Amino acid sequence: MAGAASSPSRDWALAVPLAVLFALFFIAPLGLLVSISFQTERQMTGALGLGQYAAFLTDDLNLAVLRDTLLVGVKATILCLLFGYPLAWLCTRVSARWQAALIFLIVLPIVTSVVVRTFAWIVILGRRGILNEAILALGLSAQPLRLLFSETGVVIVLAQVQMPLMVLPLITAIQRIDPNLESASQALGAGAWRTFFKVTLPLSLPGIIAGTILTYTACVTAFVTQSLIGGSRLLYMPMMIFQQAMDLQNWPFAAAVSVIFMASVLLIVALLIALSRSRAARPYG
Amino acid sequence: MSQSAGHALTLRSISHAFGAVVAANGIDLDIRPGELVSLLGPSGCGKTTLLKIIAGFLRQTSGDVLVDGASISHLPTHQRRIGIVFQNYALFPHMSVAQNIAYGPVAAGWPKAEVAAVVTEMLDVVQMAAFRDRLPRELSGGQQQRVALARCLAIRPRILLLDEPFSALDKNLRLDMQIEIKRLQRQSGITTVMVTHDQEEALGMSDRIAVLSRGNLEQFASPSDIYDRPDSLFVNTFVGTANLLKGEIAGLSPSGAVVRLADGSLIETGRATQLVPGARVLVPVRPEGLRVSADGADGALAADVTAVMPIGPSFIYEVALADGTPVKVVQERDETAPLSGPVFLHIKPNRISGLFADLPDDTQKKGN
Repeated sequence: MAGAASSPSRDWALAVPLAVLFALFFIAPLGLLVSISFQTERQMTGALGLGQYAAFLTDDLNLAVLRDTLLVGVKATILCLLFGYPLAWLCTRVSARWQAALIFLIVLPIVTSVVVRTFAWIVILGRRGILNEAILALGLSAQPLRLLFSETGVVIVLAQVQMPLMVLPLITAIQRIDPNLESASQALGAGAWRTFFKVTLPLSLPGIIAGTILTYTACVTAFVTQSLIGGSRLLYMPMMIFQQAMDLQNWPFAAAVSVIFMASVLLIVALLIALSRSRAARPYG
Repeated sequence: MSQSAGHALTLRSISHAFGAVVAANGIDLDIRPGELVSLLGPSGCGKTTLLKIIAGFLRQTSGDVLVDGASISHLPTHQRRIGIVFQNYALFPHMSVAQNIAYGPVAAGWPKAEVAAVVTEMLDVVQMAAFRDRLPRELSGGQQQRVALARCLAIRPRILLLDEPFSALDKNLRLDMQIEIKRLQRQSGITTVMVTHDQEEALGMSDRIAVLSRGNLEQFASPSDIYDRPDSLFVNTFVGTANLLKGEIAGLSPSGAVVRLADGSLIETGRATQLVPGARVLVPVRPEGLRVSADGADGALAADVTAVMPIGPSFIYEVALADGTPVKVVQERDETAPLSGPVFLHIKPNRISGLFADLPDDTQKKGN
C-alpha cells in the first residue's frame, strides 16, 4: 500500500485495541491449545511429548477423516465457483437496481441463522423431501436419492451457504476489468468464448483466488452444516474435535487434532496465496 | 507493411437514439479508400456513438454501414475486421507486448509461423521491437499507444478507428504521435476514422473532417474548407476562433451582401446570402483576417484597445468596437500599430468566412 503512510509517527496506536483483543482472545488461547496438545496423558499429568500427534497420524481412520474433510471442502468450493462465477458475472452486467436485488439474494444466507437454513435444507433433501419428490415425479429416478446424511448433500448445502464468500470477491474482481478490454478482444476477431477465456477469466483470477480461500476455509470448518446434513454416519474434523473434547474429555488429543487440522488448512491457504502472488494472478501489478 | 489498398466506408442515413436522446440523426458519410477522416464535435455530439456503430459495439436504430459497398450491419464486431485503438489503449494487462499483438492473428487461427512473422513486422513498424516481452504497465503512454496500434494493424483491418487517440498523452508527445500515426496511415493506405474533440488535431491530421453537433452532421469537408468556408455558425465558432460582428443587411449587390454594423458603419462582405435586407446577421471574421492600425482608411472600424499580448513574432490584440463588442486580432509585430487607445480595425479582403442569420439565443446553433 504505497502512499498510505502519510504520518507514520503515531498511526500504530490506532491498532492497539485490536492487537490487545487479538492477543487476549486469540493468540493466548491458541498458545494454550498448542501447549495442551503436547500433554501425553489424557489426565494432563504434565508429561510432555508428541504422543497425541503420533496417535492421530498413525491411525488410518483418523487420517481418513482429515482427508474427507479437506476433500469435502474442495468439492464444495469447486461447486461454489462453478455456480458463483456466472452469478457474479451476471451481477456486473445488469442495471444497478437488478444488481442490488441480486446481491441481496446472494447475501441472504449470511443473514439467516445457520440452524434455520440447515433445517430448511433437511426439508428439501430428505427422503420424502421436496427435491426427491420432484425427482420421482419427473421420473428421473425410480428410487428416492440419498441426499441427506450423504457427502453429496453436505457439498450442496455447504456450497449454498458459503456462496456469498465466493460471489462477492468475484463481483469486485470482474467489475474492475476495463470494459474496453472485452470490446478490444472482439474487434481483434475473438468471439464471446475466446474473449471470456483469454481476457475476462484470467483478469478475474485475483477474485477467484480470494473467493476460493474464503469459501474453502469456511467449508472445512462448518461444524453445524457438516454435522446436521452429514448426520452421525459422516465424521468430519470439527465434529471429531468436539467429540474428543466434550464427550470423551480427551483434551490433549482434541488439541493435537485441532493443531493438525489447522496446519493442514493453513498449508492449503498458503498454496493459494503463493498462487495469487505469481505474475499471472497479478494483472494490475 | 503489406500494401492493402484502402477500403471505402459508407454510412447511409445512420440514426441512433438512446431512449429519447438522439445521438445520431440520419448521418450520411462517404469515406474514400485510404482517407483519414475525423469526426469532430463537442462531447455529446454523437461522434463516439458513430464510432461504436462502425465497430459493431452498438447496433444503430436505423441506417446502414457499408464497406466497399457491402453492408456489414448484420455482422458482429469480431467478424467485421475493423481495428480500433481506444482512448485508454485497452492493452491486455496480463499479456506481454508480443502476446498483445499476436492476439488477433491467433484468434483468426493463423499458422504459428505467420503469427510470429506479423508480430515481428508490427513491432518494427511501430519501433517497439526492444519491448516485446514487457507488460503494458511497464510502458509509457506513447509506447502503449504504439503497441495498441500494432495490435490493431496486425489483423490487417479493413478500416482503422481511433477513439480520441491523443487525449491521454502530454503535449510534446502528442505532436510526435500525431506525426507518427499520420505517417503510418499514409504508408499503409488504410482508411481511418478518428474521433476527436480537439480541432487542431482534426485540422492537422485529416483529409476531411465531419463536424457533428447534437447528432447532426454540420459539415463534411476538407480542413481548409471547414476553416475558411464553414457551412454553419456552429462550425464557424467550434473550429478556430471566430469574431462575430453583429449587424443587419443593408443591401444586396452582385458581389455580395452589404452589412450595416451596430455602430453604423457599412461593410462589403463579399458573400452572397438568401437573407433579405433588414435581416439581423452575424458576420464572422477570424482574428488573422483583421488588422489594427493607427490610420483609418475606407471601411475601417473605430475601436479601442483593451489589451495587447505580444507573443514573439505576433501580437494578439483585444479591441472593443464602438458598441462594446470585443474583437480578437492576431497580426504580425508592427511597430506603427498603437498599443493602447483608439485604433482602426481593418477587415482584410476575402476574410469574411460566411454570413449567418442572428437568431435568438436559445436557437443559436452552438453545440451543448
